[in-house]
Amino acid sequence: MIFTPIDIASSAVLLFLFLAMFTFLLSRRQRLMIDICFSLAAAASLLGFIAGAWTVAGGVTEKIVLLFGLPDLPFHLRLDPLSGFFLTVIGLLSFFVSVYSIGYVRGFLGKRSVTSLVVFYCLFIAGMFMVVMADDALIFLISWEIMAAASYFLVLFEHERIENRRAAFLYMVVAHVGAIAILLSFGILAGLATGFKDFSGYTFDAMRATQFPVGGATAAFLLAFFGFAAKAGIVPLHVWLPEAHPVAPSNVSALMSGVMLKTAIYGIIRVTFDLIKVFPWWWGALALALGLISAVMGVLYALMQHDLKRLLAYHSVENIGIILIGIGLAMIFTSFKLPLLAALALIAGLYHTMNHAMFKGLLFMGAGAVLHATNERNMEEMGGLIHRMPWTAALFLVGCVSISALPPFNGFVSEWLTFQAFLLSPGLPNPLLKLLIPLGAALLALTGALAAACFVKAFGVTFLGHWRGHHNPSVHEANWPMRFGMIMAALTCLLLGILPAMFIGWMDTLSAQLVGSKIGASSGAYGWMWLTPVAPERASYSGMIVFWGIMAVVVSTFLLLHVRPGKIHRAPVWDCGFEKINPRMQYNATSFAMPIRRIFGFLFSIRERVRAGSNPGHAAFPVRLNYSLRIRDRFWGWLYQPIVVSSFWIARHLGRLQQGRIQVYLIYSFITIIVLLVFL
Amino acid sequence: MKLYPFVIEILQILVLLAIAPVFAGWVKMLKCWSQGRSSPGLFQPYRDIRKLFSKDVVLAENASWIFRFTPYLVFGVALLAGCIIPILSTDLPLAATADVIVLVSLFAIARFFTALAGMDIGTAFGGMGSSREMTIASLAEPAMLMAIFTMSLAGGTTSLSQMTQVILSGQSVFRPSMAFAFLAFLLVAIAETGRIPVDNPATHLELTMIHEAMILEYSGRYLALVEWAGMMKLFLFFTLGIAAFFPWGIAASGDLYAVFSAFFFMGLKLGIEAVFLVLIETGLAKMRLFRLTEFLGSAFLLATLGMLSYFILE
Amino acid sequence: MQIAAQIIGFLAALVLLTAFGMLVQRRMTALIHLFAWQGLFLSISTAVVGFMAGQRHLYISSLLTLSLKVILLPYILHVLVRRLRIHREIETVVNVPLTMLIGVALVIFSYHLTAPVRELSTLVTRSVLPIALATVLIGLLMMITRRHAVTQIIGFLAMENGLFFAATSATYGMPLVVELGVALDVLIAAFIFGIFFFHIHTSFDSLNVEQMARLKEGD
Repeated sequence: MIFTPIDIASSAVLLFLFLAMFTFLLSRRQRLMIDICFSLAAAASLLGFIAGAWTVAGGVTEKIVLLFGLPDLPFHLRLDPLSGFFLTVIGLLSFFVSVYSIGYVRGFLGKRSVTSLVVFYCLFIAGMFMVVMADDALIFLISWEIMAAASYFLVLFEHERIENRRAAFLYMVVAHVGAIAILLSFGILAGLATGFKDFSGYTFDAMRATQFPVGGATAAFLLAFFGFAAKAGIVPLHVWLPEAHPVAPSNVSALMSGVMLKTAIYGIIRVTFDLIKVFPWWWGALALALGLISAVMGVLYALMQHDLKRLLAYHSVENIGIILIGIGLAMIFTSFKLPLLAALALIAGLYHTMNHAMFKGLLFMGAGAVLHATNERNMEEMGGLIHRMPWTAALFLVGCVSISALPPFNGFVSEWLTFQAFLLSPGLPNPLLKLLIPLGAALLALTGALAAACFVKAFGVTFLGHWRGHHNPSVHEANWPMRFGMIMAALTCLLLGILPAMFIGWMDTLSAQLVGSKIGASSGAYGWMWLTPVAPERASYSGMIVFWGIMAVVVSTFLLLHVRPGKIHRAPVWDCGFEKINPRMQYNATSFAMPIRRIFGFLFSIRERVRAGSNPGHAAFPVRLNYSLRIRDRFWGWLYQPIVVSSFWIARHLGRLQQGRIQVYLIYSFITIIVLLVFL
Repeated sequence: MKLYPFVIEILQILVLLAIAPVFAGWVKMLKCWSQGRSSPGLFQPYRDIRKLFSKDVVLAENASWIFRFTPYLVFGVALLAGCIIPILSTDLPLAATADVIVLVSLFAIARFFTALAGMDIGTAFGGMGSSREMTIASLAEPAMLMAIFTMSLAGGTTSLSQMTQVILSGQSVFRPSMAFAFLAFLLVAIAETGRIPVDNPATHLELTMIHEAMILEYSGRYLALVEWAGMMKLFLFFTLGIAAFFPWGIAASGDLYAVFSAFFFMGLKLGIEAVFLVLIETGLAKMRLFRLTEFLGSAFLLATLGMLSYFILE
Repeated sequence: MQIAAQIIGFLAALVLLTAFGMLVQRRMTALIHLFAWQGLFLSISTAVVGFMAGQRHLYISSLLTLSLKVILLPYILHVLVRRLRIHREIETVVNVPLTMLIGVALVIFSYHLTAPVRELSTLVTRSVLPIALATVLIGLLMMITRRHAVTQIIGFLAMENGLFFAATSATYGMPLVVELGVALDVLIAAFIFGIFFFHIHTSFDSLNVEQMARLKEGD
């Protein structure tokens, strides 16, 4: 064997870096640059995918020590099943998105230069690949920063709009606060690994070999969890996410929502299961609780949105919550020494990681196609696009069904597995947890149902009915590369949905590495067609039969009913005999969510106002009604506003130090020198 | 591979297709009697379906393929569910396809597409129905899951056939958890099948209809399929309740005699359950939409109490 | 023995159910009926415990509960409601679903709280203890969340039910003398409340306790 997975993965990273460096050579020939660079990016992503899938399948661990790095502190790369899994997810989605980008980025031709988009796009994916392959704290943080900086510039791509600049700034601030927390966390772990003697504890291997004391480990965990939660957009650290994701170009939004958030999940798993290893149950309970809150709040916020991409961004908060639920359960089970259950919960979380990458990528690509075609992000202006964009509509629908956790698509499988993990919680020895965890299952069910409601809204308002806008734009279907990227993602959604037992068998090495137990054999007990996570008598599901069963009935009923040719008359809408119907009378995004807004309204700060215009005739018959609705995130007022206010306050007071007179500055230097001389 | 279970499977589908309209007719008949009207007879639903199938379809001008696909899908989901729920026997080859959670999600996919079909035409009524239906569904779902959770505790399984077998072989008579779970299931089933006090299946009053508002624009064979599937759904929810809580009589083996007696028992239990349904429907008035949070909240509360009493008392 | 324990468990579940029913019920007559039902379940379960443990005096407690809490007090409350014409819907301070969730949290809390007692106890009825405690707490919650004076009294009586239930389940009942005393207290309290209500009603023309804020000086 000449190549090993880590060689392939490294060459993929190198290819991306190469692309990032030499793209400018083609900056005169923009069209050619798009075709070449994104094709090569797709190839490199595919390499990453192959390397990852191979690692997970083989269950091997490979390491390399790079020749360069800081003096005496060389960089370490490592590919084990965990990083392999994330490499697979990132590689697969970036492959689809790169293919899609060939068509999508063409839309910017003639409007602006796309060189920076291509450069940072490549750097961004390279950063993500390196994050999951990093095997020491230094290269991890460096890759983390490359990823964050590249995505910052991508968010800023259309920088002339003030909202984009504001979103990018907010994103940068939160990302850096998070990065500092992660840095401190690694500092604690590295210090504890060597007893604060030297720097050799910076490798993950040194941390793995250490038995951490509970206090230090807890501090490190909390810091790391905070840092990664800020990146993943876990409530209450989610505020940047719905600002930053929608304003980036849609192919980048797909990657940010689909896979960049997952690197944070990777970080959480790496730190807890791999580096610290032994932890008390309340860590898991914390993760579980935050996951549940994120899931429910995320979907409720999403329901309130009428901007298609913002809605999708809030759904990322929800889905990260669902992933975290699985991981939190796995942590709880691990701390009570129930490896089999932990394996189930972990697989559920990771499976959802994979699924979310696929359907969220697909949905953002679909939203990009809509944006591309209509120049519109506001759903209140859309409608009826299914007639003019049949491909996009059908593919977007696949994404909607998947994310709404409906069988036979993939989102359902992972939610179902999470439910199964919940149903096993009575096996816990702690009576209080036994009583509380089932309530979490109910919250997850609520989330799933609300997500379905939200996507009926998103799809229904965008693609069904009539066009609501005032002007009627010339809408065109997405071009072939875009369609192709979406088709592949949609097919993956379906395959992950109907062949789960195979994929779980493939993921066996992962749970073996992290929690020391496998569920592959038990989940394939009835063969590849059935998924039986713990035992066949306990629960079973066959997406295959659901899919083909429904299809068979649909087709045979259709044929049966068409034996006798029945006529179909097209006629105007009946609508209970109402005649003067117009497109503005349709339910729109705001009205669709109204019942839910009213029921769960106490969670938001909502200001709803109806103003009647004056009527010269009679006050009871107003001519115009003016409706305004403002929904605010309560967390902004509770958590962020005080921080913003106090930072400005501090900044104002520190500003007094700036006198502008040279003598004052010399006094500062003088005092500093004196203080240093006294204390050192 | 044994052939016999497949025969039972086909038998179940036939029972589902044939008995569901009769059951719907029976409910209607009881309702008429209880309100002092004369009833159209047990077989009126058959006549309705036949009439609709023989009519031509009038389709709204801007209906897309989703509108035309939905009736087939809804019908397909109902048939598939009929293969999984142990209506006559627990010895079903397709029983392993889905546990209760999957079953609930199967109905959810039918609901998802019906709601989309409601929005497809672009009328205010359609959107209103979809919006309300999805709201009610999201409130019902936690209660349903909690009830499933409680049901699964006793037998340690969510597979419906297994659950039925556990109860059939059980000794414990006084299970408060199961009683609570049953009450919760009852409330959720009322909400899911769109009966009073949640939705009125007979109404065409614009502002109160929910399910009807979504299917307002259907006609001809599409409407026939939707209506038939609706009847099947009602029937399935009742047989689901029977299988999970009162399975006595359901054949545990593929014995032909047992299957026949199972059929007899099924008829008996359905007949009695319909009486209860009609009592509830005649006794209560339709609720305001925003009162439903309390209705479904009670369902959730009951299911949670069931779960708690399992851990505390059993 | 096993079957008796199961019956007691079932009755305990029903007591809890009626407690929750009272917590969320809006209509006054239905509320009083629920209270009567709770008394009935309590009385039966006391009798069953008495039968099981061979404690004769529990039969007397059971009869006492039956006559007092199932017949007499509901009757008094009915009379009160009819005289004062207050059978319309009751406003709650906190919305109903939230009250339910708090109630569920209280049950879990009492389960957690009584865990040490359950481990020490060897009685068959020990599993009922958390439910009894939860009934007490839910009664208190009901007094907090309701605005109407009559519902507050029902909440108070429900609390007493919970205490009584706790006594029978934890120690097979208090001494008979104590129980008689408590019963008498409750009865007299109910009478005094009744008289008070008439006076409150005549002076405020309402039984909404928020009106009593006006009694404060200085407004």
